Amino acid sequence: MPKLPKLPTPPLPPQFKSPPPRPGDEAAGSGPLQQAAEAGISVVDWVDERMSLSGAGRWMLFRKVPKGTNWAYTLGSATMFAFLSQAVTGVFLAMYYRPDPAGGAYESIRYVTNEVFLGQFVRGMHKWGSTVMVVLVFLHMGRTFFYGAYKYPRELNWVIGVVLLILTMLMSFTGYLLPFDQRAYWATIVGVNINGTGPLLGPYLSDFLRAGPEFGATTLSRFYAIHMLLVPGAIAAMIGAHLYLVAKLGTTAPPWQKAEKNPELRKAEL
Amino acid sequence: MNQREKEQYLREYAILKAQGKPFFPYAVAKDSLMACVVMAVIITMSLVLGAELGSKANPTTTTYVPRPEWYFFFLFELLRVIKPPSLVPLATIGVPTLGMILLFLLPFYDRGPERRPEKRPIAMFTAIFVIGAMAFLTYEGANAGTPTALDIATPASVTQQGSTAVAQFNEGRLVVAQSGCEACHQIGENGNNGPGPVLTHIASRLPGEGIRRTLENPTAPMPSFKNLPPKKLAAIVDFLSQLK
Repeated sequence: MPKLPKLPTPPLPPQFKSPPPRPGDEAAGSGPLQQAAEAGISVVDWVDERMSLSGAGRWMLFRKVPKGTNWAYTLGSATMFAFLSQAVTGVFLAMYYRPDPAGGAYESIRYVTNEVFLGQFVRGMHKWGSTVMVVLVFLHMGRTFFYGAYKYPRELNWVIGVVLLILTMLMSFTGYLLPFDQRAYWATIVGVNINGTGPLLGPYLSDFLRAGPEFGATTLSRFYAIHMLLVPGAIAAMIGAHLYLVAKLGTTAPPWQKAEKNPELRKAEL
Repeated sequence: MNQREKEQYLREYAILKAQGKPFFPYAVAKDSLMACVVMAVIITMSLVLGAELGSKANPTTTTYVPRPEWYFFFLFELLRVIKPPSLVPLATIGVPTLGMILLFLLPFYDRGPERRPEKRPIAMFTAIFVIGAMAFLTYEGANAGTPTALDIATPASVTQQGSTAVAQFNEGRLVVAQSGCEACHQIGENGNNGPGPVLTHIASRLPGEGIRRTLENPTAPMPSFKNLPPKKLAAIVDFLSQLK
């Protein structure tokens, strides 16, 4: 087997480094305590011997972020965290939800809101989490725009980001119908009709969303499937691609950050 | 960006990256703290604002005024502002689709090597204009009155005629509010100004009989109210002929 190049070990502050065992030291032996302490390491070693993922892990975690990285750079991961929160609360809501337009949907949401322990809290987290996620998506996009971070070589990551923005809006649109109260129903009717006024594809898109020319019995289950299976899967896949490119290309430095401090030399560079 | 500029950027970036700190633990610590803030915001919003559930969906109601989620308000307002029917598709699909396409292709038409905001005036002005426009439309959309609300004050001439006249006036107001007049007419503070004329002082221009004739046999595109129950029609006429 060819030897893989070894990645540098992470720089650790000296206080975290344990001194090497002295010769003749009692604790340095391989007693049961020592073995228990190293159980985790040996499990990781066992998995890594078969998967060889530690290199990828190091590549992801110990890559350097450029000088000048500030708090605005946390907006992307904050958006992903909001998405994860939506996923977790969404799973709990799905445990109770019935996509039945005849009354089951409304009844199940009423049950979650009024009867289930912490039900209103989890539903509130899901409802307001969507707002937080949309705001974070826009802030993250604003940061990318104002820092010029969409320019070479990160054009593709910008395009993936716009896809994620559209998917997030689609999540919000399909999720709005699910409680099936007056507000949800009429806003969705109008939304689908607005889609229908679009050129060429508009009417087909509306028919696809409604599952027919009229708002019918299968419309709700269609929205539910799109909301909890189709779009979240696409978002997860796109986040994967987005993150891979971030790690591959590196996060940008703020545009005013210059590598060369000396202005004379900076001019010479140009 | 030509080849030289690309290479120069990559060279500069490599130096900045080499001068940086490892992602773990420095950036991870910041990200984790931000995640805690996000979680705290979501939990606080859930606890303070809750999750209300309106009344059950009823496809047979026609008076319910739909409101989208707040971040779609700008689209909703765009729809209200752009009135001529031929331009409606432009407002609903044209502008958002165009915006999305421009957003998608941003890195392909903005290829300049400059990244500092103060040296990209066109990009900055466009961005600030778009953000401003969206903020303004969102604000307007949030404050738009519902087309079925009609809170015009009862005129003094009606109040002087006693409680029967006031009751009649209020009944007419209710019928007008429910009949969708405000989709095209402004009445007091409510309703859309156009395509129909403002009705706030209609009685000073048209006598009661004229109002009735217009309702029964209007000029297009206004629909005829001939088939309204006579009592409701009379209520509308009474109400409108008090608006001097």
